[in-house]
Amino acid sequence: MSMWNPQFEGMAKDELRQLQLERLQATLNRVYRSVAFYRKLFNQVGLIPEEINSLEELSRIPFTSKETLHQSYPYEMFAVPLREVVRLQCTSGTTGEPIVVGYTRNDLVHWTEVSARVLCAGGVTKDDVVQICFDYSLFGGGLGFHYGAELIGASVIPGSNLDPAREVLIARDYRTTALVATPGFGVRFAAAIRKKGLSPADIYLKRGLFTGEPFSDATRREIEEELNIKATDNYGLSEIAWPGVAAECEKKKGLHIFEDELIPEIIDPQTKKPLPLGKKGELVLTTITKEAFPLIRYRTGDITRFDSSPCECGRSLIRMEKAAGRTDEMVTINGVSFFPSQIEHIFSQIRGVEARSCLVIDRRGDQDILKVLVEVSEEVFFDEMKKLQDLKSTVEREIHRDLGISAKVTLAEPESFARKTEGKRVIDKRERAAGGEPY
Amino acid sequence: MLTIRNLRSYYGRMQALKGVSLHVKEGEIVALIGVNGAGKTTLLNSIVGLVSSVTGQILLEDLDITHHSPGQIIRRGVSLVPEGRQLFAPLTVMENLTLGAYHRYRREEKSRIKSDMEAIFERFPILRERQSQVAGTLSGGEQQMLAIGRSLMSRPKLLLLDEPSMGLAPLVAAQIFQIISELHRQGTTILLVEQNTGGVFKVSNRTYVLETGRVVLQGTPEELLHNREVKRAYLGREYKDVRE
Ligand SMILES: Nc1ncnc2c1ncn2[C@@H]1O[C@H](COP(=O)(O)OP(=O)(O)OP(=O)(O)O)[C@@H](O)[C@H]1O
Ligand SMILES: [Mg+2]
Ligand SMILES: [Zn+2]
Repeated sequence: MSMWNPQFEGMAKDELRQLQLERLQATLNRVYRSVAFYRKLFNQVGLIPEEINSLEELSRIPFTSKETLHQSYPYEMFAVPLREVVRLQCTSGTTGEPIVVGYTRNDLVHWTEVSARVLCAGGVTKDDVVQICFDYSLFGGGLGFHYGAELIGASVIPGSNLDPAREVLIARDYRTTALVATPGFGVRFAAAIRKKGLSPADIYLKRGLFTGEPFSDATRREIEEELNIKATDNYGLSEIAWPGVAAECEKKKGLHIFEDELIPEIIDPQTKKPLPLGKKGELVLTTITKEAFPLIRYRTGDITRFDSSPCECGRSLIRMEKAAGRTDEMVTINGVSFFPSQIEHIFSQIRGVEARSCLVIDRRGDQDILKVLVEVSEEVFFDEMKKLQDLKSTVEREIHRDLGISAKVTLAEPESFARKTEGKRVIDKRERAAGGEPY
Repeated sequence: MLTIRNLRSYYGRMQALKGVSLHVKEGEIVALIGVNGAGKTTLLNSIVGLVSSVTGQILLEDLDITHHSPGQIIRRGVSLVPEGRQLFAPLTVMENLTLGAYHRYRREEKSRIKSDMEAIFERFPILRERQSQVAGTLSGGEQQMLAIGRSLMSRPKLLLLDEPSMGLAPLVAAQIFQIISELHRQGTTILLVEQNTGGVFKVSNRTYVLETGRVVLQGTPEELLHNREVKRAYLGREYKDVRE
């Protein structure tokens, strides 16, 4: 239950605000001087860095988007010359071309520090044997976790990305006590244990730190039960720090954001205005210690909300709710926003339909129309009209009850489902409203 | 102890500080480095009320002293050892030390001041030896000790030092840094302006780098030792980017 760095993780709020202001101002002075993009951006809006006299005024600066980072490939956003850079990594390129991220020696020190905080928050100590099931390449968070675990003094196994069956044997033989992986890998790891005829009692795992994709409560429960461990969630992104943006402590009431390294904001992804504390929106991050690759008001595309209530763990850092989805996956119907995964979750609770579904959105007049195509399970027969009708109304009722939206549901056999959806989760037929650019 | 937010200082129309924020916690020794003309002296002078045109906030503990007079500020426990010592050259060592306590004479007993002077002679035995000598005849190192001693006579909570190693031979400079570090160990909070980064990194807890009136970096000595800005500030010349 300890903190890796109580000085920063437990810092009094007013002290933290002063530290953030100082680090922000120095960062702005540096990017204005050294990054052509930022100098131009500031000049465009008629702002000089020294006009930012408070954390609130940060919102006067325009955002930095992922697109900007793509356009500046490879080195245009670097704030130091290449010879000051001691590490180059890149993003995995899930949403487009890769982005090259540089680290100075100091950047690596800070990254290692926040990684140690993440691991410590998840309960890792120097007595743990930590198995890191992450890619150790150009893209990976593997190296980040590795350095952090070494700093703590744990015994570190660079498991890299072996298949789950191999990782299980390593975990058993090396007596791994802490697993670092994606939730998906955690599920496959548990399955591999079963397949080998082993049980959690045959291995020594006590905790798992999961990151890289949304960690649903259901998946957490499944992993915790099947592996008999305590599982915590961590959030990061390669452009900024992964691991190292936010970490869940053992209280599991949200992820503490490392505010001495970053200034977090929540904005409405459509109006782009900052939202009041507690409202759900897009996470925006400003780095305040980075030397090589500083980012100002970077739009993460991830949806979350903040909770500033005190946490029993003693960390004074604000918490973010688990990142539930991305703005580019979010669907808005007549003003109500939700993620396809929420619909899928509803379906997973109903017998007779599969979780897989496709949302078709159209517009009639000023009304958005949502049609949901859902695949029925094998055991449902298409000749039992009455039963199908009941199933259809059950699904519609559940969607309305859960999300407060009306949907017209179409049931489809597995084959026709695949053909009609072409593998898409969402088909949006609405014309882009004037001025309403996609986010 | 000291919190500064968005400090801007002007000499007529010339703006020497352009929104500086920094802090010094009780018991810390914090350094400020930068090339000539970066605004270091202006910053110290602004803290002690010697710059008339300033905006922003200077908080001593929770008290806003931004527009207080130099006399009020020294009575609040802030003392400056100025750049170039600024001793009274024709006066003796003893007389210089006495002047350091001038604001205390009205309210305090002479005996306490006397015992403080005794403590300073304990700390700097060479000053006792030379107590009747005029300050102008002391060596550079002795003059710096006298300047520090004179500041200590005001019993500061926060001691500001402006380039104390300036013009001193390396060995003498090292001795001065040792004195500073001792003062810090004994509980004095210190803000130290320097260009001698070697000495700074040995004694300071944290350092800010000032460039043309703006803070561009801050960090622990270990962090700053790895940074190019520091080399720039130290060597006082521009490094050319080799990106292209
Ligand atoms: N009284 C004054 N009137 C006009 N300009 C001044 C005055 N004093 C200082 N300046 C200017 O203000 C700027 C900042 O000066 P400052 O003395 O604070 O820098 P510094 O970092 O202490 O430099 P140095 O290393 O030379 O002592 C400089 O460009 C200087 O020329
Ligand atoms: Mg000066
Ligand atoms: Zn907590």
